[in-house]
Amino acid sequence: MAYVAVKGGEQAIDNAHAWLAEERRGDPATPALSIAQIEEQLGRSVDRVMAEGSLYDRELAALAIKQAQGDLIEAAFLLRAYRTTLPRFAHSNPVETATMRIERRVSAVFKDLPGGQVLGPTYDYTHRLLDFALMDDESSAVRPVQPGSLETMPRVPDILGHEGLLEPDDRSDQEPGDLTRQPLTFPAERDVRLQALARGDEGFLLGLGYSTQRGYGGSHPFAGEIRMGEISVEIEPAELGFAIDIGDLVLTECQMVNQFKGSKTVPPQFTRGYGLVFGFGERKAMAMALVDRAMRAEELGEDVTAPAQNVEFVLYHSDNIEATGFVEHLKLPHYVDFQSELQNVRRMRENAE
Amino acid sequence: MSNELSPGFANPVADAQSCFRAVLDAMARPGRVHAISGVSAPPPLCDAAAAVLLSLIDQETPLWLDPAVAQAHGWIAFHTGALVVEPTEAMFAMALALPDLAAFPDGSDEMPETSATIILQVASLRSGRHFALEGPGLREPRILPIDGLPADFPAIWQRNHGLFPRGIDLILCAGNELTALPRSVTIREA
Amino acid sequence: MKGYNFAYLDDQTKRMIRRGLLKAVAIPGHQVPFGSREMPLPYGWGTGGIQVTASILGAGDVLKVIDQGADDTTNAVSIRRFFARTAGVATTTATAEATVIQTRHRIPEKQLREDQIIVYQVPQPEPLSRLEPSRIETKRMHGLADYGLMHVKLYEDISRFGQVSISYDYPVMVNERYLMSPSPIPAFDNPKMDMMPALQLFGAGREKRIYAIPPWTRVKSLDFDDHPFRTINAPHPCGLCGATDSYLDEVVTDNHGGRLFVCSDTDHCSERRAAGHVGTDGFQEAAE
Repeated sequence: MAYVAVKGGEQAIDNAHAWLAEERRGDPATPALSIAQIEEQLGRSVDRVMAEGSLYDRELAALAIKQAQGDLIEAAFLLRAYRTTLPRFAHSNPVETATMRIERRVSAVFKDLPGGQVLGPTYDYTHRLLDFALMDDESSAVRPVQPGSLETMPRVPDILGHEGLLEPDDRSDQEPGDLTRQPLTFPAERDVRLQALARGDEGFLLGLGYSTQRGYGGSHPFAGEIRMGEISVEIEPAELGFAIDIGDLVLTECQMVNQFKGSKTVPPQFTRGYGLVFGFGERKAMAMALVDRAMRAEELGEDVTAPAQNVEFVLYHSDNIEATGFVEHLKLPHYVDFQSELQNVRRMRENAE
Repeated sequence: MSNELSPGFANPVADAQSCFRAVLDAMARPGRVHAISGVSAPPPLCDAAAAVLLSLIDQETPLWLDPAVAQAHGWIAFHTGALVVEPTEAMFAMALALPDLAAFPDGSDEMPETSATIILQVASLRSGRHFALEGPGLREPRILPIDGLPADFPAIWQRNHGLFPRGIDLILCAGNELTALPRSVTIREA
Repeated sequence: MKGYNFAYLDDQTKRMIRRGLLKAVAIPGHQVPFGSREMPLPYGWGTGGIQVTASILGAGDVLKVIDQGADDTTNAVSIRRFFARTAGVATTTATAEATVIQTRHRIPEKQLREDQIIVYQVPQPEPLSRLEPSRIETKRMHGLADYGLMHVKLYEDISRFGQVSISYDYPVMVNERYLMSPSPIPAFDNPKMDMMPALQLFGAGREKRIYAIPPWTRVKSLDFDDHPFRTINAPHPCGLCGATDSYLDEVVTDNHGGRLFVCSDTDHCSERRAAGHVGTDGFQEAAE
């Protein structure tokens, strides 16, 4: 058999792309998904892709999901790569979550509180039974809901804060860091840590958050408040001198309240872990809050022993775009290095004989 | 305001790229002289200095300006958007005479890249005192004439080089020519 | 390409990378952090090399891209296409014709010239990472030039195996100051880095680091006086071109242990064959 060096990489790539396009579309007899359908009916996927893709644009997220055949990490990657090319016109003012127009708000630490407990559109108390009615036209299954008036409500930490029982928010006029412009350096301040977590992989944070509950860096968390709703974003152009509203975001915020025994300088009080995520991302916001609090161990004088408390470990491994690229790069050819290892092992075996 | 200012690069993307390549090659082969084109500098800057500023400086690079450059301040601000700062805050400096290097950040042992780069306009890179350069990038010592450095420059440079890996890097410009002296080279009078 | 800047990256990003490159050249072997951007190719697939190439490339450049020494491996093809599409630059497979060579895992066999730049794709820029995973720690070690950890590792290898067990990504000292990862090239290629006439640039996108070796710079593979550094290669000539001094790939030809050893540098091999060199299996190719 004659050996012919492998040629035709270009043709192979073209063929792969053509095949992929065909497979993505599926059977042409089935109607194509519209972007609006994805946006409307796969909203939680859209939310996750916006959060991990670090770009708030429902339509583009839906497009990315369609293009990626529903592979959400691939979709987030598409958004990130697009995001990089966008010019920055302005920086928004910090959003004030106290002004959120609430769709959902629950607190696990009070039976009732001003504004009340608002369940909102949650899966929490659904029984996880497949709904076969959805197999066909679902219109009959949908009962119109009178949306409650979306109103603002005080945040639970603000309620606790009045008594001094809860550590106050840090106020800082310092420009927050931005991981998308500056590489991570250590020690990483909380602004950068929170940015990394907000962009981080939901599954990774979920696992880490869970590990803190099982004893790896636990901090006795209570879900002080979880809120989800719409919030206005404002920018303040220097030439205007006043803020203008440029649009709304849906955000999920979680404030975990954690026991703290106090220190020489600080009386016993509750500390906080914080989670904030684009869209309806409650699972991630909660996990984020657990991990944020765990990463504050050193600051609060606790022993740093668990993975979730190791800031460097968490921050370097939470980004799924980085992780998926590097894990998957192992499928690229490595035969030059493998050959080197082969010869090396052969030589070592000879030496050993 | 802007219509009183002379323009920047004629072809911003291509001119910035070719100027950068000249600086990169000069930094990689210290003392090698490159000619640049694409901009006509506002006084008192020479064309090469103006091109280096346009190529490397923007709103992310705090810049110290020699008071002698004041006349070109508006041009630099308009075309680069640079924040003008004190020497201790500077990532870059534009000088018409060698300033006190000790006034600028020289980096740290862990982050030596945080030191300042000084763009120094001199009278000539073709005549003047001859210096012998040695170090990475040079197969053999290179003789470089420079007109416009202080008399005690070899001693000043020796202190700077002695800080390695910390230290200041110099980009020298004269007319439409430039070269570079990274901290890694040793310099003696030839 | 419509809607994108020359070579994809916007000029502000290029300036940031260019400033990093200048610092990297001024401090040979030191890893300079940079604001690595998300590229339209995955992390781990050459995003660092691509960002470096995009930042240096001009319209007059001629680009060669190799992976495993070959111009036709799929990722090399993909990256070459990316630049042909976004920068419209000329591309080549001939090492001698290229002004910029982006590579993954190899250095071409033909000696590079003063007027060329080689850009390495680097998956893991930290040479100490397998010994000390914390970058806070390794950064401190580089600051102090404290490389005892690596010397101990090599010493332990020798006492256990009679030799250093590293066959690729073999650590080097640059200009007698910085311990550096040469990227996962086979140790066979390490000597080419020493006093190379071309400028060597390294980009690690996911790890957000750039580093460089200026031309004519000392690059020494770590070793001990009584255990000098040795390169490793298959003890065969190339089956196609008969070369005895090039790095060889081992190709499995059948299910009965059949092997063919051929140049990993495809341009080197085809150039030699074009010049009339024939290896013991070369006639078969002529018969194709």
